[in-house]
Amino acid sequence: MRRESTRKPKQEMPTKTDNAEKSAADQAALRKELLRSMLLQRRFEERAAEAYALGKIGGFCHLYIGQEAISAGTMSVLRPDDYVVTSYRDHGQAIARGMSPRSVMAELFGRVDGCSGGKGGSMHLFDKKVGFLGGHGIVGGHIPLAAGVGWAIKYRKGDQVCVCFFGEAAVNIGAFHEALNMAALWNLPAIFVIENNRYGMGTAISRSTANEDVKTRAAAYRMIGESIDAQDVFAVRDAMGRAVELARKEGKPTLLEMRTYRFMGHSMSDAASGTYRSREELEESMKRDPIVILHDIMRANNELSDGEFAKLDEEQKAICQDAWDFAEASPEPPLDHLYTDVLVDTTS
Amino acid sequence: MALITYRDALTQALREELTRDESVFLMGEEVAQYNGAYKVSKGLLDEFGPMRIVDTPITELGFAGIGVGSAMVGLRPIIEFMTWNFALLALDQVVNAAAKMLYMSGGQFSMPMVFRGPNGSALQLSAQHSQAWESWLAHIPGLKVITPATPADAKGLLKSAIRDDNPVVFLEGEMLYNTKGEVPEGEHVVPIGKADLKREGGDCTIVAHGKMVLVALQVADALAKENIAVDIVDLRTIRPMDVEAIATSVQKTNRAVVLEEGWEMCGVGAQVVDFIQRECFDDLDAPVVRVHQADTPMPYAKNLEKAAKPDAAKAIAAIKKVMYLG
Repeated sequence: MRRESTRKPKQEMPTKTDNAEKSAADQAALRKELLRSMLLQRRFEERAAEAYALGKIGGFCHLYIGQEAISAGTMSVLRPDDYVVTSYRDHGQAIARGMSPRSVMAELFGRVDGCSGGKGGSMHLFDKKVGFLGGHGIVGGHIPLAAGVGWAIKYRKGDQVCVCFFGEAAVNIGAFHEALNMAALWNLPAIFVIENNRYGMGTAISRSTANEDVKTRAAAYRMIGESIDAQDVFAVRDAMGRAVELARKEGKPTLLEMRTYRFMGHSMSDAASGTYRSREELEESMKRDPIVILHDIMRANNELSDGEFAKLDEEQKAICQDAWDFAEASPEPPLDHLYTDVLVDTTS
Repeated sequence: MALITYRDALTQALREELTRDESVFLMGEEVAQYNGAYKVSKGLLDEFGPMRIVDTPITELGFAGIGVGSAMVGLRPIIEFMTWNFALLALDQVVNAAAKMLYMSGGQFSMPMVFRGPNGSALQLSAQHSQAWESWLAHIPGLKVITPATPADAKGLLKSAIRDDNPVVFLEGEMLYNTKGEVPEGEHVVPIGKADLKREGGDCTIVAHGKMVLVALQVADALAKENIAVDIVDLRTIRPMDVEAIATSVQKTNRAVVLEEGWEMCGVGAQVVDFIQRECFDDLDAPVVRVHQADTPMPYAKNLEKAAKPDAAKAIAAIKKVMYLG
């Protein structure tokens, strides 16, 4: 009671200080949440690598380590009813978007409780509940899908947006250009995100792309194109926030080049360095770890003690252990599932 | 019943389904202002407006993908390819996206969409514009593949295709648009996956689909003069194939000829013969014979084109062969 009465005058006359204090607390909480998201992705991928080495995960498995600021920053500015569509390097994005680590790990293990029932695997994570429209395995093939989701949003006069992730190598694919042309021509609320990790599999961008300044591809379609230091989660958040606003309010698409680096090989099948890139380059790039960059800021702000960081990290590790245990306990899909979901049964 | 063209029957189906369901839209090259390259969408832009009858750039892969994306979030696109020859550029979307989305998402994302357009050879359009794609597309689990031969089937099957919650490939006969036939008035829906006995006779079965059904009817008329009566099984749907209809006919006639526009190798006829030899082996009085396009790209010169195409004379020769006549 007394506290309320003493605070009453302030409520009548809100001050900048009050807002600033609230804002500072909010900012710290936001930083912690972004750090948590990136840590969860990192720890998840480390366990995925371990499971792959043990033969618990098969097929192709492309890890997201080093690129986590892109997904964490992006998802932090999206609404629950927005849409995300991506390529095959999709684990981190799926988790950052809110898919349960359990359902993702179970999918990687090929188990019935996986998000796609064990039928999709690492490259085909889907979750309708959070608007995660897949993991797609053909480079660039999913980019027109994002324009199509944008078309549907416009068709229904909605104000959602669709974010589409792909690697820099996809900008040389016809589907990229066809989709960007129509998205700009028709004003579709799609945001095209180039995750430029500098290598398309083992081919450096300088060996694949005549104009390495890939954001300039936007100019061909009268679209805004911007390059972002994507190891800085707040730079990602800022650019994505503006792109989302433009899409939501004016229905206009944007091309964002997120400059990043993948700390692992293209997939679990290749070494992180030694063939197409040097160990020196890898080590130099790994100095700009998005998690370390954010953690350093928080440390400098005295807003996260070492103990608190360790606790946060342990919590994420525990979530990943739980996901592992869940996946391991989940049964393989029953054999009769082989023939389900080929077609929808009903013809209305 | 009204006597209308195959083209008008398709237009009726589109109009009725666009009216019935607001989530249905038609997208493709020249479908709106130009009224359709083959005039199938004539008048629809005026009636339904530019959000539902949508002209695209020449970008088959791109607009097929727009269809897939919009279907993922609940619209029911009809994607028109000016011809299926151009759709080859979009096959990644048809095969890798639309056909597999339901399966690889564990049943979460259905694809209620239609890919449609003219298929097969016309007249002297030569190699790149004269191809029958049904065997390619029917190979893919997750797709339904339809090849209507008559105006009534064109209308009834297109309505079923648009209402189906699966990706449906709808192959219209490029040479059939001007053909006329009786089409029932009002609601006329033909189920997908059901063949139709277009002619009844006990001496030999002809299995055909699409444009080749009209050739089969010519064959039947010609052979009737020689007192040979044929069954014509019009498959109508290639996938799923109505194998019971094939079996019923072959068990009656004990002989079969399979007639198709496509090439021999891995063709639709190969699938039909495989079924007949497995399920009707003891019914057969002669090996099944196939009639198909010559194993060459389609030539331009009139005489070579005629030699390359399956026709009534070749089909009659095949029937006489399985009947051990002459």
